[in-house]
Amino acid sequence: MHSGHISIWFFNGVLLTIYGALIAAYGIFELITHQHANVVLWNLHAPVWWGGIMLAAGLFYCFKFWPGRNS
Amino acid sequence: MVGLLPGTVLNGLPHAAPALLGLSAPSLAHLSGLDIAVIAIYFVMVIWIGFYLKGQANTSEEFFMAGREMTAWIAGLSFVSANLGSLELMGWAGSAYQYGILAAHWYWIGAIPAMLFLGIVMMPFYYVCKTHSVPGYLKLRYGQGASIVSAFSFAFMTVLMSGVNMFAMAVVMKVVLGWNLHFSIIVSSLAVAAYVALGGLRSAIFNEVLQFVLIWGGALLVPILGLIEAGGWTGFKAQLEKNMAAGVIAPGDYTHMWHSLGHFSDNPMGIHWTGIVFGLGFAISFGYWTTDFLVVQRVLAANSLRSARMAPVIGSFFKMAVPFIVILPGLLGLVVLHDPNGSLMHLVPQNLAVPGSGLHSYNEVLPLMMVRYLAPGLLGLGITALIAGFMSGMAGNVSAFSAVWTYDIYQPLINKNAKDEHYVVVGRWATILGVIVSIGTAYMVMSAAGIMDYVQALFSFFISPLLGVVLLGMFWMRATRAGGFWGLLIGTLSSIGLWAWVKADPHALRYVALSPDAKDMAENMYRALWSVIVAILVNVIVSLFTTPKTAAELDGVAYGATKLPEEEPVPIYKNEYFWMVIAAVLFVALNILFF
Repeated sequence: MHSGHISIWFFNGVLLTIYGALIAAYGIFELITHQHANVVLWNLHAPVWWGGIMLAAGLFYCFKFWPGRNS
Repeated sequence: MVGLLPGTVLNGLPHAAPALLGLSAPSLAHLSGLDIAVIAIYFVMVIWIGFYLKGQANTSEEFFMAGREMTAWIAGLSFVSANLGSLELMGWAGSAYQYGILAAHWYWIGAIPAMLFLGIVMMPFYYVCKTHSVPGYLKLRYGQGASIVSAFSFAFMTVLMSGVNMFAMAVVMKVVLGWNLHFSIIVSSLAVAAYVALGGLRSAIFNEVLQFVLIWGGALLVPILGLIEAGGWTGFKAQLEKNMAAGVIAPGDYTHMWHSLGHFSDNPMGIHWTGIVFGLGFAISFGYWTTDFLVVQRVLAANSLRSARMAPVIGSFFKMAVPFIVILPGLLGLVVLHDPNGSLMHLVPQNLAVPGSGLHSYNEVLPLMMVRYLAPGLLGLGITALIAGFMSGMAGNVSAFSAVWTYDIYQPLINKNAKDEHYVVVGRWATILGVIVSIGTAYMVMSAAGIMDYVQALFSFFISPLLGVVLLGMFWMRATRAGGFWGLLIGTLSSIGLWAWVKADPHALRYVALSPDAKDMAENMYRALWSVIVAILVNVIVSLFTTPKTAAELDGVAYGATKLPEEEPVPIYKNEYFWMVIAAVLFVALNILFF
């Protein structure tokens, strides 16, 4: 399934990277501007670390399963 | 998936639907531009996957069986994901709020033993005989009669359930986001039709894996933040006790799984432990996880026998973890959800949460928790997880329908000797037909919402008798063609008969579920158990009076007549028996921990 084809894990990596980048960027924007969303525990800045974790996982999968890399 | 849905979801929606359709209730969540972007990106991704995989779905083996190239991990995640629909997530979270941790039975005893049994014991027979479907297995084992009964019932019910889900999901989207019902139905079904018709089972499986990642990414943060707010598990239990003592929460045992199952009247579900163990843990769970083609199809696509056995074992670990993102948020809702005035929020049954009442239903506990904790972007991710759950559930239904329609109905009854490409074309059209019928069903339910209850009941009629017939066929060489056919037919009729009896005379529940204190869920469990027993008994009796197949004819389909291929030795960490033991130990430990 991997040889010559794009692996499902690569698709997962792309999606996680995009989502992670968007969410982490929003979290950093909140941190810088001090404009936080009206949610409970906003002070934990979940978008920063959760988005960061997703971004890191996404980049790992993109790199590891880059098309052609395993063929 | 639907066979295991909590009653709170499908029973509640029909009554609430007319009110929701007629009034524009304020939605629970308001999405930002970032949230909308997150949802839109998901739709772009699934369509991209469909177009990309179109080139890999040219033969029937590729289109219907994903080329049998899936690794154990992909097949395993897809296997568990096909069952992880959004209605299930929201429904069981609502049940946890209402009944406590009892709801976790549906994830542990109601799934794990059956998944391990499928992987280790049954999978070799499904896999070695190279069947493409469960009705296909019945044809090999019992002949055309039992196969046709099973194929028609499965195909019919699959598309109907798909439509019911579609409608229920559209109602959920209206409640949560205020989206137009027609918009939700048309957009989601077009997307599903596109990617399944283009890429076949492979596309459905890819999207299920994607959905699995999204669900965890979108929903895992909720219980983490909820536990932080509640002060951990100990803090949660202390607040729960305090709220119960103050009378703001109905008294009950919310944190133990077995304590209150000694008698039907000791728990709010009206269930006895025998119903949980034998009805849910055997008749319903084994029926669903080992014979429902919707989930079994994912494992049949594995690239080797070892992968096929390993896939359900891998899936069992994730299934055991699902209560963390479903049951725990429901429980936490009991102590952290508050009204704007600061008092504890009380969720109510669906029929009371009508627009204008200002009340929320049990089923809304998960979206309410999401709205409570998730900032822009994260909320979009959570909503995307719900949409993805719905779409992959529908994709599972239509891909399974397409395979059964083409292989088990069209090929044997309409066109036996066509070329392979012809069956691929039929499969693609069957996918589109499945989606169209689903949409039709959704609108039918919209105009006559009571139909939903009947469709759900219809689904339950077929699964458990099928288990009795498949089990006997696999493990008793003496079972005959006539035994299989009559076992399936009379088992199904007995299930319908018991259901109709209770419907006509509610007092009959004391006989079906063995207690006058039993409630609906207990009735489902015992009815399933009786129908398995009837199917097995009829199969045995008829088989003893009819001529069995020879051992040579049963090669590959029955225990005792099949020589299973030798498996290459592998390191212990790749061995399916090793992981099965770990899963079993974990399963027992969890039940003891929350006993």
